[in-house]
Amino acid sequence: MTAQLPYDHETELEHVLERCNAARQAPLPAKDALPEGFSGLLGHFPVYFPEEIAHAAGLLPVNVLGGGNRLEMKHADARMGSFVCSICRSTAELGLNGSLAGLAGFVTHPICDAAKHLAGIWSRNFPEQLSQILYLPQNVNTPGAVRYIAAEYQRLRAELEKATGRRVEDEALRASIRLYNHNRALLRELYAVRRDEPWKLSCIESSLLTRARTRMPCEEHTALLGRALDAVRHRALRAQDKPRVVFVGGFCEQPPVEMLETLDDNCYVVDDDLLIGLRWLSADVPETGDPIWALAESYVERSAASPVQHDARKSKEGYLMAMLREARADAAILTAAKFCEPGLDDQLAWSKHLDEAGIPYLVLEFEEKMTSFEQMAMQVETFAESLLFALA
Amino acid sequence: MNTVAEKMPPAPAAAGFDPRVEGQRLIRQWYAELEQASELGQPVANVFVMGNAVEILRAFDFKLVFPEINSLQTGVRKASEEYIRLSEDYGMSPDVCSYVKADVGLILKEHRHPAGRIPKAHLAVASNMCNTFIKWAEIWERWLKTPTFVLDLPGQRSAGWQVRPGDAQHAADARWVEAQFQELIARCEAITGRKLDLERLAEIEERVNRMVLHWNNVMVLNRVCPAPYNAMLDGLTFIGIMNVYRGAPEGVEFMRTLEEHLKAKVARGEGRVAEERFRLLFSGTPCYVSMRRLVELFETWGGVFAYSDYLTFAAGGMDAAELLYDTSRPLESLAEVTALAAQRGLSNQFFAHERLARQIRDYGADGVVFHGIKSCRFVSSGMADTREYLNRRLEVPTLYIESDLIDPRYWSDAQIKNRVDAFFEALGQRGGAAPARGAAEAQRRSA
Ligand code: SF4
Repeated sequence: MTAQLPYDHETELEHVLERCNAARQAPLPAKDALPEGFSGLLGHFPVYFPEEIAHAAGLLPVNVLGGGNRLEMKHADARMGSFVCSICRSTAELGLNGSLAGLAGFVTHPICDAAKHLAGIWSRNFPEQLSQILYLPQNVNTPGAVRYIAAEYQRLRAELEKATGRRVEDEALRASIRLYNHNRALLRELYAVRRDEPWKLSCIESSLLTRARTRMPCEEHTALLGRALDAVRHRALRAQDKPRVVFVGGFCEQPPVEMLETLDDNCYVVDDDLLIGLRWLSADVPETGDPIWALAESYVERSAASPVQHDARKSKEGYLMAMLREARADAAILTAAKFCEPGLDDQLAWSKHLDEAGIPYLVLEFEEKMTSFEQMAMQVETFAESLLFALA
Repeated sequence: MNTVAEKMPPAPAAAGFDPRVEGQRLIRQWYAELEQASELGQPVANVFVMGNAVEILRAFDFKLVFPEINSLQTGVRKASEEYIRLSEDYGMSPDVCSYVKADVGLILKEHRHPAGRIPKAHLAVASNMCNTFIKWAEIWERWLKTPTFVLDLPGQRSAGWQVRPGDAQHAADARWVEAQFQELIARCEAITGRKLDLERLAEIEERVNRMVLHWNNVMVLNRVCPAPYNAMLDGLTFIGIMNVYRGAPEGVEFMRTLEEHLKAKVARGEGRVAEERFRLLFSGTPCYVSMRRLVELFETWGGVFAYSDYLTFAAGGMDAAELLYDTSRPLESLAEVTALAAQRGLSNQFFAHERLARQIRDYGADGVVFHGIKSCRFVSSGMADTREYLNRRLEVPTLYIESDLIDPRYWSDAQIKNRVDAFFEALGQRGGAAPARGAAEAQRRSA
């Protein structure tokens, strides 16, 4: 008999983070190694995707987030111009180098024109995979938007039924909604810790924990989040003298891990828009009634904001100011992925607005594939020091 | 809905009609009217060329500002760099659409455009067909407090997308478009203090129908060899009128006369170039600062652009929908046709290989020229892959060149000329003897 080791929250958190990091870097599971209950994998691009529909169809939703800074570009350079953002190019590379051959399909969204082109690239190069644009509307304000989204979700449901040969029952959808509701509630708790006790959970830890959902069943992810939250709450770390900042610009292409580490070294990132699609639905989706309608209605009525969704109720400046206020932040880190037109447009708008509001900010441009961080580290350090000086 | 098969009666001949001169006159007239709009207290709307509900706006007598056309006109008038630099000095990234930057430059210059003063809009309609439209409209919302209506058009969802009028998918999409039109109408009523006159809307649609019929015939006329016009030079004038005067009597008259003019040219066997050697498709947007020069590089070799996808997507895509408005149900029909045009003529840009394959056949093209624009992801992001696909699957010779819509800093004459010359050498070898006259002519002109 082996003796039970006493619970140690740091070790526990380390184990959870290791599992999350391994999931981030692992290749897609082979057909015969799929998690129990799944018959295939469905790739989807950021920002938001109704994972519940894939989950209920027995397809593991895999959020394709590009290739990071370790991917060698062998094919995509010849297929997508150098003026296209890195996540699109590296996603194409992952397709062309065979890394995504195990997907039953790939769904992209009308978040920007480059992302829409991925559907064409997919259909030309991987005709055996289902390749689709899920046309989420850019107008969510006209009455009728929910009805339209519901029709679009029904279309997706039918496509997945055809691909898997099995019906997606309402009850299965409701069960998936319940699972994802629980998961999103835990993610909200995670962000509450960042806001209230940022010394207990760094931005990089939080991002690794969040990102793990893109590569594992929601059930497993929820269990990991529960363990992580428990461990984090037991942490006895002390607050340091660091400025509180909000980070924006990570809604689609993800900044490299090293960049987030640089931020953590110098600031408390008390809120961010990293992988906002996974947290898009900001309150529970109704668990009774028509599940497709519930998802569609939630997209319109209980949702976050991003530079790639127009919503007359949420100006870009307005939601940044709300983030700053609610997180009691001293300043903002305004980033944009290189060549991301919507991101670059809003970065400028935000900076002009913060100028007027007298709120300090730092402008940074990143690329998922960047490997050198010295200069950025210096900028962040200087910015943090100047903030501390001003706040003293 | 009517189909385009119901052809128009033949129009009288067009003696003395010069499409370029007449086009320029009409564009001048449009700018002159815009200058007066504020003075006359007329409502003004900003609209884009793809998915714009112009029929509704015209029914409320809105004066239409096309910011894309304003921006391209700064290029045509060799003034774009000044506007673009102004916006970059303000902080705009070099990597965003140069049309947007020229427009921001226009705002910074207090709406003074080389063609006249542009009035401030009471309303902006931005569709999702190009996502930059939305980001652009957000700039007006932010700076000028322009009320914005985002018109969401459900696009082509996948390759091989087959939607037919009246099927369930089309009905669902049209219903959504119509719901948005209802809201847009309410907004227009609030701005103008007038109710929508459905008869007026039907009248405008009737004119659009006539324009589209003539337009389609004009496109078909270029399937003839020799092609009577160059799609990327003369075609740019046609497209300007198609947009600015869509649904207006002047637009109908221009298209009618244009068709007659071109028919007469065809009857005379008169082509755009003296000796047509190669028929080409042009994929992408023009480079308005150097378009004449670019076309010259091709025509020197006897290469004519018989067609360009630009003529479809930048003219509203209705020709591709192959539908006309049913004026007995003007609003429903507008929604139905708009939904279909969005899928068949606009958002099919994301699956460009499908229509290019068709157009290569329809226009008897010897090759395809792709013009990539760094700052226009709508046309350019999938271009290299589409090109590879056409080369591999259809064995069609292709050429890829890169510059910008209106930013002269991206035009590299020597480099583009080298590539064009090499392309024609290869085309010549492929089709038999090298086009000696073209080579000699190219040499002479560059000397
Ligand atoms: S990073 Fe920006 S440009 Fe690239 S796919 Fe995402 S939203 Fe589009």
